Formats: sequence, structure tokens, C-alpha cells
Amino acid sequence: MRRLLPVLVTTAVFVAGFILCSLQFPHFASTRVVANLLTDNAFLGIVAVGMTFVIISGGIDLSVGSVIGFTTVFLAIAIGRLGIPPLIAFAIVLVICVLFGAAMGAVIHYFEMPAFIVTLAGMFLARGAAFLMSTESIPINAPLYTDIGKLTIVLPGGGRLPLIADIMLWVFVVGAVLLHFTKFGTNVYALGGSRQSTALMGVRVAPTIVRVYMLSSFLAGLSGIVFSFYTAAGYALSAVGVELDTIAAVVIGGTLLTGGAGFMFGTLMGLLIQGLIQTYITFDGTLSSWWTKIVTGFLLFAFIGFQQILVRLAKRPTSLTPEATP
Amino acid sequence: MPFRLPKQGAPQILAFLAILLADRLVSPQFFDLRLQDGRLFGSLVDVFNRGAPVALLSLGMVLVIATRGIDLSVGAVMAIAGAVAASLVDTHSVPLALGAALGVGVLCGLWNGFLVAVLRIQPIVATLILMVAGRGIAQLITEGRIVTFTSPQLAWFGNGSILGIPAPVAITLGMLLLTLFLVRGSALGVLIEATGANARASELAGIGTWAVTIAAYVWCGLCSSVAGVIAAADILGADANNAGLWLELDAILAVVIGGTSLFGGRFSVILAVLGALIIQAMNTGILLSGYRPELNLVVKAVVVIAVLLLQSPRLAGLGHWFNRNRTI
Repeated sequence: MRRLLPVLVTTAVFVAGFILCSLQFPHFASTRVVANLLTDNAFLGIVAVGMTFVIISGGIDLSVGSVIGFTTVFLAIAIGRLGIPPLIAFAIVLVICVLFGAAMGAVIHYFEMPAFIVTLAGMFLARGAAFLMSTESIPINAPLYTDIGKLTIVLPGGGRLPLIADIMLWVFVVGAVLLHFTKFGTNVYALGGSRQSTALMGVRVAPTIVRVYMLSSFLAGLSGIVFSFYTAAGYALSAVGVELDTIAAVVIGGTLLTGGAGFMFGTLMGLLIQGLIQTYITFDGTLSSWWTKIVTGFLLFAFIGFQQILVRLAKRPTSLTPEATP
Repeated sequence: MPFRLPKQGAPQILAFLAILLADRLVSPQFFDLRLQDGRLFGSLVDVFNRGAPVALLSLGMVLVIATRGIDLSVGAVMAIAGAVAASLVDTHSVPLALGAALGVGVLCGLWNGFLVAVLRIQPIVATLILMVAGRGIAQLITEGRIVTFTSPQLAWFGNGSILGIPAPVAITLGMLLLTLFLVRGSALGVLIEATGANARASELAGIGTWAVTIAAYVWCGLCSSVAGVIAAADILGADANNAGLWLELDAILAVVIGGTSLFGGRFSVILAVLGALIIQAMNTGILLSGYRPELNLVVKAVVVIAVLLLQSPRLAGLGHWFNRNRTI
């Protein structure tokens, strides 16, 4: 029960927020709003699934935003300038992303370096590579892109769920199965609990860590592909700061930042809460967009404080500082 | 021997000199200095001048990292301080605007310190809150616009000079000396190192680790707000969106280049500032050489990885292993 509490609170916050918004704006509770909520946050959701794995394993991945930017530019150049068929370009870019993630995971594990500084270097590298390919926004006008825009599921009530929202929901489903029902998922939880105990239990730590970062970078690449569907362009400056939004979504979703605890469903809720704040601001019309950042910051604080209380209740006061790692 | 390199920091000094030399190769006028309107100009002066904000940030950051923490919010604090100074200075007196900006920086530091030391939240997470919310707060102060000001006194912090030295450089030097005086003139530096090396042992030894930690974050907030005022004075306005954007990363990088371990413990304030200058010298060099400035990010990434690999506990372990085998 205690394990489920953070997720339940997050879900309650989302439901309460949605009801409040619906009471204030008569047309808020419609499938159109929900569909837009899912579509506008599709790329963020896909990265958040990968980030959930990374954070539960006790790490952090700051490179995801840059990888998205890199992917969009790569696709724009490969499809638009070199004329590579889109599906082959997708495959190439995903392979590059997976290799990139594997390299970061290997450096983190074998050189025993803090994940955040390694992925920080990865962030510079991916963003720099994107800039070196092109500093301008390049439009992508392949026929596939216009076709995908037409693939929508019409929901009752007039809402349209485009393909990218479907992809996001499927990634969540697959991610949840992988995290909660496979051996790999169990190993990820164990790693976040204690790396040493996990190794002593006989789990092979190295492949697990490398795979976690491979998965995160793969999903960042997939998210970049979805982002390019969304904007039909490649731009090196796209998705700047997405890593922070993603981490915020995961933490608001009740995942412990120290690792070892959390649920995929919570991340979906955290994502939707952030989307809800933005939708509210759009509906209101008088509030400025910077309130999003302030409210997100406040929610982050509230949820981290809440987690801290839960953790302390669970552990009982054992005195003195827990090892603080940067 | 007439000249000896200091024991600690020789790699950093040599790296800095090597980069300056490389800059000289790509731009023959690099070391040219000229005095105009009582202020020095030249590419070399530019390195120091442009490097001043990151150097100031690294002054605070090095103390925080020495306590085994990290402060991701320095860029956001810069934006807030700049916004406060710029929006107050044309309606109130300059000392009040300055005081308010620095006061806000101290408050931000107190908040971070409170979260880390009292609520015991991981530093990277605790400061992430202000990093996300801080830019929103700065935009709230400037109401989403770029607030411009005309006060020549405040502008002095960006364009003025003391004895020919540009004001940002002089201020940074002053803050460096003040920081050195505080941490090395008293036991504070040793207490910070003890807290970072082993918080539990330090507490058992009677060190008020929470007070030491809060002090480090407050100093970091103060240094960031000074950097924010300089950044605002430089462009005669406060840009809440872009002031100090990504500078937290440069500051962390400067500290790491300066040889301070991210795992806390021993630190060097001077080498952290030198680290900031190394980064700026690279930036300037790439700009002068005519390569695309975008190359900067890639070069920085390579430098971070190289420095970290050298610092890596695993590699150090290998070194010991080799040495042991040799002695046997």
C-alpha cells in the first residue's frame, strides 16, 4: 500500500485538476481536449518512459533533449537532402542512438562516474553534432509525413487521436510490461535499491546498466522521429530543456529520484499533469506561459517533500545524513 | 631554480598557456593590448572579461561541490538577480537595486541550502526545483519582456573599468580574494572539505555540517547574483529567458577542470577560476579561428570526458595497481 501511495496521490491530483478545469470551462471535459493533451505531449511521453527506467535504476539521463534535436536534424538531412527513404533513415538514426546510449552506459559503469556528468557530456556532444550538421531549420516534405498526418482515430465526441499519440500510448504499455513483468525490469529495480547488493545477488550489473541507457537513448531517438512528425522539420535547437520536463514528469509521477521505486503509470500521470497545467493556461488566456514553470517547480517541490516524508517514515530515524551523491 | 611550477595545478596552468598559444597561432593580434578611454582592450582582455560570469559562478560552485553537492540553479539565479536589478534601478537608487539583487541571490542560496541540509534532499534534485521555477520567477519579475535600463552606474558593472581593468574582471578578482580569505583565512575551508569527504564522520567529530552546507549554497547564490548583475549590466537589460542559460554546466565544467572531485572533499578555488578561463580561452579561440562557433559544444564535451576519465576512481585504481606491481 505504501508503495502505491505516491502514484495514487498523483492520480488523485490529476483527476481533481481535471474536474476543477471542467467546472471552470464548460467545454474542457471533451475528447478533443484529451486528444490534444495526448498529442501535444506525445514526444515528451516517449522520452519519459525511458527516463523512468533510468531513474528507477538510480541514474539520470540529461542527454535526451539533445538526442531528440540530433534526430530531427539527421532525419531532415537524410530524407530532405540525401533522399534516403524515410523508413531506412529511421532505422539508421535509431541504431546511432542505441550505440550512443550504450557508450554512455559503458562509461558510467566501467569508469564508475556519476551518471549526470557523463550524460551531461553526452548532451553537449549530441547538441554539438546537431549544430554541426545544420544550424537552420530544414523542412521535411516526404509523402510519408503527410500520410502519417492523416492517420487518425476519430474518438466519440469529435476528438482525433493521431498516430503519434497512439505510438506514445503503446510505448507506455510496452514500457510498463518491460518494467513490471520481466527479469530486466526486476534487475532495474534491484540496481536502484542497491548496486552492491544487486551485484552480490548475482545479477550481472554491467549489461543491465548499459541496456538501461541504450533504452533511454533509443526512446529519445523514437521521440525525435515523433517530434519530426509533429513539426515536419529538423532543427538543432528543438527540444531544448526537454530533459528537465521529463525528469519533472517522472518525479511528479511518484518515482523516487534515488531509485528503486516507482511505476510506469505514475509517469503517465505526471506527464498529463504537466500537460493539464499548459492546457489550463491556454484556456484561461490571461495567464502567461511562465506560470507553467513556476507551478511545475512547486509541484516538484511538493512531491519531493512528500516522498521524503514517506521514505523517512519507512526507514525510521536512523540518525545522521544519508549519503548525498551529486 | 628561478621559476618553478606550483605542485598543484601545473596541468591546468600548462593547459591554459597552451590554449593561449594556440589562440596566438590562429590570430596573430591575440596578445595585442591597447588603452582606450582609460580601459584596456584586446583579445586577451576579452578572454578575462567574457570569462568573468562563469568564473564568478565557479567560485560558488566549487564550494558547493566540495561539500559533495551540486547547484544546478546558478543560471536561473543569475536571471532572477539581473531581472531584479534591472527593474528596480530606474525607479530606485542604485545601491538599493544592487542590494536587492544580491539579497535575492542569498535568499535563493538559503532555499537551496535548506532543502539540501535540513530536508536532506539530494542536491541535484533540490537545486533542480529552483532551476525549473527560477526562470519562471525571473520572467514574472520582468513580465516576460526584456527590461532595459539607462542607469550609467549600473551599466558600469558591465562596461566600466578600474585602473584600466574592465569592471567585471576587477569584481571577479575581488570576489576571488574575498572567497579565498573566507575559506582559507579561517577554518571554514577545512570544515567544507571534511563535510564533503565524510559527512557522518564530520558530524560525529562535532562539525555542524548543516551550517557548513547552507553556508556553501548561500555563497554560491551570492556569487551567482553578482554574475547576474554583470550579465544584465553588459547588455543594459535583463533577459529572463537567456541570461545565464546553460552557464550552470560551464560552471560545473570549470570546477571539474580545476581538479575538484565531484565526490566532494579537497577543492581549489583558484584552479576553478582558472578552469573557467580555460573554457573561455577555448571559446575565444574557436571564434577567432573562424571555425563555426557550434564546434564549441563538441570540444567542450570532449574536454569533459577527457578530464573525467583522468579523475575516474577506476583509472586511479589501475595506476595504483601498476605501481604496486612495479615495486614488487
